[in-house]
Amino acid sequence: MNEYVITAENLTKSFGDFTAVDRISFEVRRGEIFGFLGANGAGKTTAMRMFCGLILPSSGKASIGGFDVYRETEAIKRNIGYMSQRFSLYDDLTVQENINFYAGIYGMSRKAIREKSAPLLKQLGLEAERNALVGSLPLGWKQKLSFSVAIFHEPKIVFLDEPTGGVDPITRREFWQMIYEASDRDITVFVTTHYMDEAEYCHRVSVMVDGRIEALDTPGGLKKSHGAASMNEVFLQLARKAKRKGD
Amino acid sequence: MRTLIVIIQKEFKQILRNPATIKLIFVMPILQLIILPNAADYEIKNINLHIIDHDHSALSRRLTENIRATGYFRIEGYGTDRKAARHAIETEKADIILNIPASFERNLVREGKSGLMIEVNAINGVKGGMGAAYMNSLIHRFNSDIRTEWTGDERFMQAGTIGTTSSFWFNPEMNYSFFMVPGILVLLLTIVAMNLTSINIVREKEIGTIEQINVSPIRKYEFILGKLVPQFILGMVAMTLGFGIARLFYGIVPMGSYLTIYLFAAVYMFTILGIGLLVSNYSATQQQAMLASFFIMMIFVLMSGQYTSIDSMPEWAKWIARVNPVTYFIEVMRRVVLKGAGPGDILPELGIMSAYALLTNSLAVFSYHKRS
Amino acid sequence: MKQFINFIKKEFIHIFRDRRTLFILIGMPMVQILIFGFALTNEVKNSRFGYIDLSHDELSQRLVAEMDASNYFEAAAEFADRDEMEGAFRKGRISFGLVIPDDFSGSFHSTGGTKVQLIADASDPNIANTLVNYATAVIQDMAAGASQGLQIPYVIRPETRMLYNPQLQGAYNFVPGVMAMVLLLVCTMMTALTIVREKENGTMEVLLVSPVKPIKIITAKAVPYLLLSFFNITSILLLSVFVLNVPIRGSLVLLFSESVLFTLVSLSLGLLISSATASQTAAMFISLVGMFLPTVMLSGFMFPIENMPLPLQIISNLVPAKWFYIIVRSVMIKGTGLAIVWKETLILLAMLLFFMGMAIKKFKLRLA
Repeated sequence: MNEYVITAENLTKSFGDFTAVDRISFEVRRGEIFGFLGANGAGKTTAMRMFCGLILPSSGKASIGGFDVYRETEAIKRNIGYMSQRFSLYDDLTVQENINFYAGIYGMSRKAIREKSAPLLKQLGLEAERNALVGSLPLGWKQKLSFSVAIFHEPKIVFLDEPTGGVDPITRREFWQMIYEASDRDITVFVTTHYMDEAEYCHRVSVMVDGRIEALDTPGGLKKSHGAASMNEVFLQLARKAKRKGD
Repeated sequence: MRTLIVIIQKEFKQILRNPATIKLIFVMPILQLIILPNAADYEIKNINLHIIDHDHSALSRRLTENIRATGYFRIEGYGTDRKAARHAIETEKADIILNIPASFERNLVREGKSGLMIEVNAINGVKGGMGAAYMNSLIHRFNSDIRTEWTGDERFMQAGTIGTTSSFWFNPEMNYSFFMVPGILVLLLTIVAMNLTSINIVREKEIGTIEQINVSPIRKYEFILGKLVPQFILGMVAMTLGFGIARLFYGIVPMGSYLTIYLFAAVYMFTILGIGLLVSNYSATQQQAMLASFFIMMIFVLMSGQYTSIDSMPEWAKWIARVNPVTYFIEVMRRVVLKGAGPGDILPELGIMSAYALLTNSLAVFSYHKRS
Repeated sequence: MKQFINFIKKEFIHIFRDRRTLFILIGMPMVQILIFGFALTNEVKNSRFGYIDLSHDELSQRLVAEMDASNYFEAAAEFADRDEMEGAFRKGRISFGLVIPDDFSGSFHSTGGTKVQLIADASDPNIANTLVNYATAVIQDMAAGASQGLQIPYVIRPETRMLYNPQLQGAYNFVPGVMAMVLLLVCTMMTALTIVREKENGTMEVLLVSPVKPIKIITAKAVPYLLLSFFNITSILLLSVFVLNVPIRGSLVLLFSESVLFTLVSLSLGLLISSATASQTAAMFISLVGMFLPTVMLSGFMFPIENMPLPLQIISNLVPAKWFYIIVRSVMIKGTGLAIVWKETLILLAMLLFFMGMAIKKFKLRLA
C-alpha cells in the first residue's frame, strides 16, 4: 500500500514569464503534519491551489490521494478539505447552518450531519452559539469552526492556508491541538504558516524560497543541518537568499 | 440532488436573513407598481393656450368663448402682447399661441375669408401635433356654425366635410392602467430579478467563500441551479403579489388565463436569472456586476416597446428590440391580459423564450469556472 | 489640504485600477445616448392600417392614397368585412383600421357631409390615441383640399406653425430627456457604492479614526467622479449635436454649467445613499430599482406631467431629472437663457445643498 498521499515531481506554475512555483518535488505520508513555509510571495499559496485543483499546473507531476492534479481534480475534491487564508464561512448564516451547508455540499446525509455536529459543537464549546450568526463570533472561534468544518466530512487530506493569522496564542495552541487530533485519525495535514513556533509542531517542514523548495526535513534535522537553535534562525538563513520581494 | 437542496436552503436563508433587504426587495417595487401606472396618460387635455387678440371683435370673443367651453384648453393668457405670449411659451406656461389678426371679423364679412395663426411648441412633436389638430378641428366647427348662422342656408351646412367617429378595440374605455400595470409589473420583476442575481456569485467571490465551494466536489450545474431556484421562487411570489395589487388597485383581471401567464413567466424568469448569473460570472467585483446589469437593464427596459412604439424605431433598433426578452414578455402579457390569448396563441413567443432560457443558463454553467 | 489631495489620489487610483468599471462608466453614457437618441421617440410612424371601402369611388380611393402617402400610415390590406379586420388586429398584422361608408363622394358634397369610422387597437392607448389624431388630421386636410372647388362662403383658414421643431422630430424631445436620465442614473450609481463599499471592507474604520474631517472624505470621493462626469457630459453633448443632429440654440457655457450642476446633484444623491445604507446590495437597490422607473416616468419626457393626477404631479417635483430636462429643453432647443430657467436652476441648487448636507449628517451619525 502506498504510504504517500501527496506526491509532487518537478511541479511548476508560471504566469507569463513569471515562475511562481519552480520545479518542486516532495512526498507527504498519510497522517503526517506537513509544514509548508516560505516568505510572502514565495509561491506557497499558488502551490497549494494547484494541489486543491483550483489552478492547473504548467508542467511537472503531482497526485493527491492517488489522483492526478491534471485529470482528476474533481476526484481530488471529494477527498480533501480546505481552509483558505481568507475567512471562508458565511457571516450571515448561523454556526449550525454553516455546518449543514458545507457538509451538505460534500454529500453527507442530514442524519450523519446531525449526529456528528452535536459532539463537535460540544467539543468546541459552541453549543450555546449554535444558532448565533457566524459574523457575531470572535475571530479565534471562527477559525476553529472553519477548521472543524473543513474536516467535517472526514477528508484524507486537509489543506490549511495560514489558518492562525491574527489569532491569540492561547487559541493558536488549541488550534494545534485540533490538528494533532486530526492527524491521529490519519488525516494528513498540509499547512502553511508564518509562525516559526508552529513550524516546530510539524512532523516535517519544507521551506520555499523564490518558488523553490530550499530545505526539507524534520524541524530537528533542519536545525541541526543549519546549526541553528530555533526554526526562526533556520528560516532567516534561508529567506535571506531570496531575490524576489514579498508583497 | 441532496447537494442541490443544500445550496437552495442556504441561499434562501441568506435572502431571508436580512429583513432590511427583504423590505427593499418587496416594498419598493410594490409602491412603484401602485403609483407609477397613473403617470402614463397621453390623452391630450389641459392644453395651455395663450391668445393674442388684435381684433377685439364680437367674433374673436365668441371664438375665445367657444375654445374655453370645450374643456380641452386652459386659457393661460389673453391680450395683445406678442412678447408676453412668446415668454409664456419659453417658460412652458403655454403650449399653443392663437393669433387673431386685427381685421379678423372684417375680412370674414367683407371678403368672405379670413385667417388665423396657430403657433405650437413642438419640442414634444406628438403633443404639439395633437394640440394643433384639436385646435384646427375646433376652428373648423366654429367656422361651420358661423357660416350656417350668417347665410341661414342649410345648403352649406357641413358640406365638404368628413367627420370621423373612432372606436377603440380591445380596450374600449381606453383604460391606461390595463396597458401600463402589466407592463410595469414585467419591468419591475425584470429589474429586481436581474439585480439580485447579478451580484450573487460575485459577492461570494468578494467575500472569499467561493474558494471553499470550488474545492468541494460540487458540480457546476448544481451550483448554478442552486442559485437559480430560490430567486425563481422569489420572483414568482413577487409576480403573484403584483397581480394581487393589479386586481386590488386597478381591478385588472386577465381576459386569458393566469395559467398562460405563469407558464410564460416561468420560462422568462429563468432567462432573466440566467443573464444575471452570466453577468455575475464575468464580473470581478460587485460594482462591476451592478454597472453591467444596470447597463443591460436600461436597454432592456427602454427598448421593450412599453414606453415607445417599436414600429417607429429605425431598423437596427428594431433588432435590439427583437432580441430583447422583455419585449416578448410585455407582448405576451398584453395579449393575454387584454386580448384573451391562450397558450396556443403564444407558442412562437414561448418557443423563443425557452431557447433563450436554455441558452443563457447553459452559458452561465459554462462560464462558471471552478478553476481560475 | 495635503490630506485632502491624498484622499482624492486614493479615489482616483480605485477608479483607474479597475479598467472594466472605468470602461463601463465612460462607454455606457455614450452607447445609451446613441441608442436611445435614435430609437426612442413618441412619434408613431409607418403604422400598418387596413380598410373596408364600401364606396369604391374616386374620393374613397383618394382618401386611402392620402393616408398611405402620409408618414404615419402604410396601407396593409383591404378587408371585406369587420370580422376579417378583427382577425388581422388579433394577429398583430394591422394596428389601425378605416371604414369608408357607401356613397362616400355623394354625401361628401351634400348637406351634412360624410363620416368615416376609425378603429384603433387600444391595447396601447397612447398609440391608439395618437393614430386617431393623426388620421383625423390627414382626413381633414384631404377634405379641405377636396372642398376647394365648392363655392363656400365665410371661410376661416387657420395656419399652423410648429415652433422650435418644425419637422416634429422625436429626438428634440427625447435627447434632453435621455441626457437627464443617463446623467442622473450613472452619476448616482457611481458614488452610491463608494462609501458603503469601504464600510463592507472595513477600511471605513481606518478613515474614521484618521484626523480627516468627514466633509473632506465625502468631497474627496466626489471629485474624481465629477471629473469623469465632465468627460461624459462633453461626449454626450458632442454626440447629440454631431450624430443626433439636435441643435444647441442657447449658450453652450450655460448648458455645460447646468449639466455640471445637475451632475453634482446626482453625485451627492449617490453619496447620501451610500452613507445612509449598510450594504452594497441596499445601496444598489435604492439607486437603481428605486430610481430608474420613477425617473423615466415622472421626469416629463415620456409622459406629460400636466396630464398626471395631482398627487403624481407633486411627487414629480422630487425627481431631479424633471428640472434638468426642462433646463436642457429650454437652453438647447429653445435657445433661452438663465433669465428663463433661473427657477429650475435654484431648485437644483437647493437639492444639491440638501443632499450634500444630509450625506455629511448621515456620515457623522456613523461616527457616534
